[in-house]
Amino acid sequence: MSRKLLEIENLTTSFKIGQAYYAAVDDVSLTVNRNEVLGIVGESGSGKSALAFSVMRLHNRAKIEGKIQLEDVDLVKATTSELNQFRGDKLSMIFQDPLTALNPLMEIGAQISETLILHRPKMSKQERYDRVIELLDLVGISRPEHVYQQYPHELSGGMRQRVIIAIAIANKPQLLIADEPTTALDVTIQAQILDLIRELRDEMDAGIILITHDLGVVAEMADRIAVMYAGQIVEIADVHTLFENPLHPYTKSLLNSVPTEGQDRLHVIQGIVPGLQHLPRTGCRFAARIPWIDESVHEENPVLHEVTPGHFVRCTCHSHFYFPEEGKEEITNGNT
Amino acid sequence: MAILDVNGLKVYFPIKGGVFNRTVGHIKAVDDVSFSIEQGKTYGLVGESGSGKSTTGRAIVGLENITAGKILFEGEDITSRKSKTKDMRKDIQMIFQDPYSSLNPRKRVLDIIAEPLQNYEKLTKSEEKQRVYELLELVGLNPESVWKFPHQFSGGQRQRIGVARAIALKPKLIIADEPVSALDVSVQAQVLNFMQDIQKELDLTYLFISHDLGVVEHMCDEIAIMYRGRYVEQGTRKDIFENPQHIYTKRLIAAIPDINPRNRDAQYAFRQEVKREYEDSFDDYFNAEGLAYKLQNISDTHRVALPERG
Repeated sequence: MSRKLLEIENLTTSFKIGQAYYAAVDDVSLTVNRNEVLGIVGESGSGKSALAFSVMRLHNRAKIEGKIQLEDVDLVKATTSELNQFRGDKLSMIFQDPLTALNPLMEIGAQISETLILHRPKMSKQERYDRVIELLDLVGISRPEHVYQQYPHELSGGMRQRVIIAIAIANKPQLLIADEPTTALDVTIQAQILDLIRELRDEMDAGIILITHDLGVVAEMADRIAVMYAGQIVEIADVHTLFENPLHPYTKSLLNSVPTEGQDRLHVIQGIVPGLQHLPRTGCRFAARIPWIDESVHEENPVLHEVTPGHFVRCTCHSHFYFPEEGKEEITNGNT
Repeated sequence: MAILDVNGLKVYFPIKGGVFNRTVGHIKAVDDVSFSIEQGKTYGLVGESGSGKSTTGRAIVGLENITAGKILFEGEDITSRKSKTKDMRKDIQMIFQDPYSSLNPRKRVLDIIAEPLQNYEKLTKSEEKQRVYELLELVGLNPESVWKFPHQFSGGQRQRIGVARAIALKPKLIIADEPVSALDVSVQAQVLNFMQDIQKELDLTYLFISHDLGVVEHMCDEIAIMYRGRYVEQGTRKDIFENPQHIYTKRLIAAIPDINPRNRDAQYAFRQEVKREYEDSFDDYFNAEGLAYKLQNISDTHRVALPERG
């Protein structure tokens, strides 16, 4: 497909702890196409937000290696002034917490205008005002002229998140990164915001990276899903394949821990996500959390295997995986 | 007999204003709420932020002053000031939402869990320690944990410390205010399973407060939906999920993301339809102030806030 928008190749983002650097995003490669929502899921500490912040180049003191190709520019090599031109224009981000992402001392209108002033300096005042009103209207805020003059504290959480989205889409970005856009919101508001993001994707023909820990949200929103664990992508597939035929033990475990109808006990993943310094850097990183699986089934240096076109899974352990509460035989039969 | 009986509970917060800082009005955080919970059951209280669900829970433990109404615990009135005696309070404990801020960061696990014991029971140091070890074992934490500080634990482990503290005095009723909202799904599963285990083991009753209908469906026998301080619907899990009557309940249920991507378009259409219905019929379900009506019985277990007929 020539609709490729973003191409990340061998991206490694490392943070300095003490004297050494530790990779929070470890050799990640993925692509995002236009008019596509790529969902990234994983527990806290899996590196999904670190990946998003790397694409935006928002990390202050991290070491970033690899390639982040957005159309014809490599964001890893870009200078700060170049980045400032892209950010908020071609490339923008919706942050998780709508309260801390807005300036409490600035009117809503002024906060949205800011990005227009920066990237569209030739716009006249009147044009800018019209555009802000148009944006507020687009994100579903009623009485935009009134809200223009309000301060963040006067708005509810859902309204604030809409303002954040208005700022993010002000310059019609090609790539929109949404980092847990609805985690802080009530379910009914969440549904509205997700519908809004979906409409925007179609309208702007943009690529969207949706980062969330909520599997229900990705099931409803994403076209493709990448599952991250301990800084690596462990499985990537289109949304239907991933939910109907998940392969990696981590993906299966995650799906099994969501409460669904008629389920008595929830599956619990043993152990915890290891901290950055304690990550095993060789072998299957998930092995420690499935100790009942024979160690010999893991690869020495697990790589992503393409099982069916577009469906990649890391390590060979998936073909030998079973849940401890199930029999071993059943599963091996099921997989052949 | 019901272990907890709440009758016409009202919690109003005054709005101060004007020159002399007089009370100019009230925020009706909880406005005439009544329910009862049977021993050993889990009762779910669902609502969006600002619906008064947490305030209801806090009022029951005694963290909020009650404006009007009565709370009976095992048949005894625990509302009046005099009866705020220690003994009663020990039977009702609370698990808080955020395991990061509800544990004192400067205390060791031993002191955190032993604090309720020190308040209510006269134990020697070694007995106390013994009890803490037992509790830690019950919640599945290492005995060495007693010397650690909260920051040395993961979110799920911290929530278990909070649970250990809550069950230290062998309470009969536990009020769990969004106990898993701050946790990842896998950790959430761990805490939910564990809450069910100790419920069986200790014959606990839960008041489970949450905004997550999926979790509530998994955990609760009876469920109540709150909106702006009032009940809109109450019933068994089956009543609420299979036969929701109030438009607000329907809307909440429609908003739950569907885990099956094949249902995506159907879910989207359904949500739009419910949204239209919500907008069209808002006046039929809510009074002129936008509040819910009084509850009407539609079956033995199922009550819905509807205008009186006729």
